[in-house]
Amino acid sequence: MCLAIPAKVIEIHGNNAKVDFGEGVLRDVNVTLVEPRLGEYVLVHAGYAIEVIDRKAAEETLRLWEEILKYE
Amino acid sequence: MKVMAPMEEQLGFRDPELAKKVADHIKSLAPSYNVKFCHVCGTHEWTITHHGLRALLPKTVEVIAGPGCPVCILPAADIDEAISLALEGVTVATYGDVIRVPASKTSLQGAKASGGDVRIVYGVGDAVKMAKKEPNRDFVFLAIGFETTAPSTAVEVLNKPPENLSFLVSHRLIPPAMELLLGVEGLKINGFIAPGHVSTIIGVKAYEMFPKVYHMPTVVAGFEPLDVLFAISMLLKQTKDGEARLENEYPRSVMWHGNVKAQQLIEKVFKTVDGHWRGLGTIPSSALVLREEFTVYDARKKYDIKIEGSRDLLPGCLCHLVIVGKINPSECPLFTKACTPQTPKGACMVSNEGTCRIWAKHKIMER
Repeated sequence: MCLAIPAKVIEIHGNNAKVDFGEGVLRDVNVTLVEPRLGEYVLVHAGYAIEVIDRKAAEETLRLWEEILKYE
Repeated sequence: MKVMAPMEEQLGFRDPELAKKVADHIKSLAPSYNVKFCHVCGTHEWTITHHGLRALLPKTVEVIAGPGCPVCILPAADIDEAISLALEGVTVATYGDVIRVPASKTSLQGAKASGGDVRIVYGVGDAVKMAKKEPNRDFVFLAIGFETTAPSTAVEVLNKPPENLSFLVSHRLIPPAMELLLGVEGLKINGFIAPGHVSTIIGVKAYEMFPKVYHMPTVVAGFEPLDVLFAISMLLKQTKDGEARLENEYPRSVMWHGNVKAQQLIEKVFKTVDGHWRGLGTIPSSALVLREEFTVYDARKKYDIKIEGSRDLLPGCLCHLVIVGKINPSECPLFTKACTPQTPKGACMVSNEGTCRIWAKHKIMER
């Protein structure tokens, strides 16, 4: 139920957006809860985008862990 | 069309080489005494079981599943209400997992077999579309789910849905259930893996009380295998340091303040009340109900629904112990015998996020 899947925003029409879940799976989702820009990734839950994914933060998380584990 | 790999894979949160390094790191941090970490999300249980993460953990580190499956904790009484409406000619729309959940006498699927109009939707928006398309039919949306799902219900209630649609609201809130776990006799949790997507909405700040008041290490975590392993490492580090901190492993989707707009919409549409949880009883300030200005959309006010003597557990079902992580599914005498994914007796065997169903699907018999 709390599953949320990342998808890329490819069109925005007011409170709705067309998103790409990858491998060509396109869907219309409601974006009232977020303010995405074209090309950004959003987390989609039950047809509603609940957050814009921060790719920089993702890369930073992995970089930090690589760093921590290097000194093992 | 250009084929794109799912984003989480592109980002590297499923890298097996890195996972192996983190598993070694976990071994180096593990204490000699036993520690028990509890997650409260069905999707975390799925990640842990599907990727066999428990096998990577040292014997002293245990991860248990708390009440993180909204379908599993949905009270039988709420489904009984929906069934009664469906049998009276109202169309009931809800999420797919809900319709097979056993209520007191039957399920919504049973009501459908008896002639009730029960429809599965992907989200509340689909129920709104149906109600607009069929204005002469009465629709009720059974709105379940935690903080992740409640904002979508709030969005549609505020969008002034058609008059032939009302809502049977059964949303529940996660932090009060986590607080309840800390009082469960004999459970003795040493840290929380907080649910990533609930946290996307409520923010890291919503868990401040756990380290501060209960001295409970708490890490908000994402749902890829590496996310869960990172979170376990972080909890072990806190344990080793003898400190209880609140940390965020999932900053790509969770901010300190959460999704403020979603919180505002929840606040505008709902008020928080005490709520009944299947198998757990009443938890203070853990449920959402529609505010008075939205009474016209409240199915409980619109219809005269009379439900008596609802029953949450069938005889022999131990879902109430599985749901708090007190026992493994395999310790229930019904598990994979009288109760299977095809013929579920308890709610934990129905949903794809129920611990029993996840274990049965992966043929897991011990932790």
